[in-house]
Amino acid sequence: MAEQDWKANKRVFAAVSVPTLLWTLLFFVIPMAIVWFYSFGENRGLTEIEFSGTLENYKRATEFLYLSIFGKSFAVAALVTLICLIVGFPVAMAITFASEKWRPWLLLGIMLPFWTNLLIRTYALMMLLGTQGFANKGLGALWDGASWLKTLVGMQPLPTWEPVQLLFNNFAVVFGLVYVHLPFMVLPLYAALDRLDRSLIEASLDLGAGHFRTIMRIVVPLAAPGIVAGVMITLIPALGAYLTPDLMGGTDSQMIANVIERQFKKANDWPFGAALSFILIYAMFILIALQSMRRKVPEAR
Amino acid sequence: MTDAPRPIIQIQNVSKRFGKVTAVDNVSLDIMAGEFFVLLGPSGCGKTTLLRMIAGFELPTEGHILIDGQDMAGIPPNKRPVNMVFQSYAVFPHMSVADNVAYGLKIAGVRGGEVKDRVAEALELVKLGGFEDRMPDQMSGGQRQRVALARSLIMRPKVLLLDEPLSALDAKLRAQMQFELADLQDQVGITFVTVTHDQDEALSMASRIAVINKGDVAQLAGPSDLYEYPANRFVADFVGSVNIFEGKLTLDEPDRAAVDCPGLGRVYLNHGVTGPHGADVWVALRPEKIYLHVPGEGKAVRAAAQDAPEGHNFARGTIKGMSYLGDITLYDIELESGARLRVSRPNLSRHDQEDFTWDDKVSMHWRADSPVVLLG
Repeated sequence: MAEQDWKANKRVFAAVSVPTLLWTLLFFVIPMAIVWFYSFGENRGLTEIEFSGTLENYKRATEFLYLSIFGKSFAVAALVTLICLIVGFPVAMAITFASEKWRPWLLLGIMLPFWTNLLIRTYALMMLLGTQGFANKGLGALWDGASWLKTLVGMQPLPTWEPVQLLFNNFAVVFGLVYVHLPFMVLPLYAALDRLDRSLIEASLDLGAGHFRTIMRIVVPLAAPGIVAGVMITLIPALGAYLTPDLMGGTDSQMIANVIERQFKKANDWPFGAALSFILIYAMFILIALQSMRRKVPEAR
Repeated sequence: MTDAPRPIIQIQNVSKRFGKVTAVDNVSLDIMAGEFFVLLGPSGCGKTTLLRMIAGFELPTEGHILIDGQDMAGIPPNKRPVNMVFQSYAVFPHMSVADNVAYGLKIAGVRGGEVKDRVAEALELVKLGGFEDRMPDQMSGGQRQRVALARSLIMRPKVLLLDEPLSALDAKLRAQMQFELADLQDQVGITFVTVTHDQDEALSMASRIAVINKGDVAQLAGPSDLYEYPANRFVADFVGSVNIFEGKLTLDEPDRAAVDCPGLGRVYLNHGVTGPHGADVWVALRPEKIYLHVPGEGKAVRAAAQDAPEGHNFARGTIKGMSYLGDITLYDIELESGARLRVSRPNLSRHDQEDFTWDDKVSMHWRADSPVVLLG
């Protein structure tokens, strides 16, 4: 019915959709098309790019150096997504099964970081993890406490506390990306779990299954659409992460977005940067295509 | 049954409070092994809470629940010897019928050929033989319910709990399933405890019914006792339809009694009531127990008395409303006192409903053992 309504009312449909379509065309499709053309071009002088139809940029992108950075970006993004899933699933379950009174506050807690600028959140995290940060100071205090306890029982004190390097390495990048992307994972998981009929869980318990088995055999399979959505919505931005590896990573922890940024800025090689960008976009297209193919399989059965 | 009835579920002084709301208020009752027991009541009366406490999904605030003599305090749902059929059926949508039915068995550690045999047997029992490979979304509501039944029965529980089992089915299927559930219970010999708000369902299936009102048992009796001898106004009104008149008990002897009702006049009974003399009581009279007649000639009261057989109560009135239901017709009759009386009359022949129409004067009478005197 609803479908027929807007189909019958073409003018209403047009009035609603045309502004959005125009906006998307003007500020998304056209710039992307320009970048796409650049990827087949060559630098001529400092600001001029000639569209020559060359595949040289793509060829260069398949050099080992860049492939390894692509591979590493995938590995980091996959690891971040996995950690988000493992951490996020219990969080989403806790919110789902929290009392009516608590649920809005817990959801607010998950969404609160969105209201703060990413840059500020990243700097805050850096202050936390720095050698003079709270994490190190806390660990140092524990260390000193242990040392004091040892002297109390007449043993040699521990050597002086050396701050742990928590920043500017791969650990910091993964930690920072998990911190930034966790809400993206929790919200779709929560949406899926909230839709779940509670009596299915009770039926499983009633038939003798424990809580763990109920989660693995009933909750997880039925939350699968939410899990897939959460994975995609975490994996794709994590793959293109720029700020976190730039600020929190070390010299060896750059991701593909940092390489792309360098082509457009320092290296002033827009065609090559464009080619790298589009390889990333193609990769994401493939991921999304795989997801939608996976969704069609059960329907075909 | 040759054995003396043995209680399989003992509910002892159980109360359940949610915050300030008391859902179940100090209920005690025994459910016997092999019984088809029904908890009947309006929505929100606490009957489902009681069922969920037996299953272990809710914990009593006070009191004890014993299943087969064992106190269930601290025993989680997955360790209780009962299984439940949920109102929504709760058939696992991502599993085939066979996997659904085998779910509990596999968890219990049953393996291999025995699982397959018992699944086939359970599906045969609920008349779903050959449906093993179907997915739940390819089945009707009635079929999904049978899957839920098979999934519970395969566990061979001591008690099967059913939460509003027929509420989601259409009227025809519901009537059929009422018979089937009763047959099934007979066949497997497992105690069934069913929750329902539907009095027809309760009367047709139950061996005993507990009517629940505001968290308390209003009456516990067999179906016909419940209908013919309701213990109070709530039960009389909730089970079946009824005319209730307030009155005073003016005569109370071992073999006869009379209640003076401002609305209905003096109602005679051919048995004693053993209530306090002059007490406020209520007279309940079922619509189908009243005979309807075209009045004879003469003055109202005397003529009505002449119309009625010896020993019957009588009244006169005017038809103010009619509702033709096919098998019966309901009449809304205004008595001479101004009170209303509902009378039902079977349409024994095709033209019965033409005998009476709006604004007709009618005579009514009913046997002296038909009214029920209610003290509360």
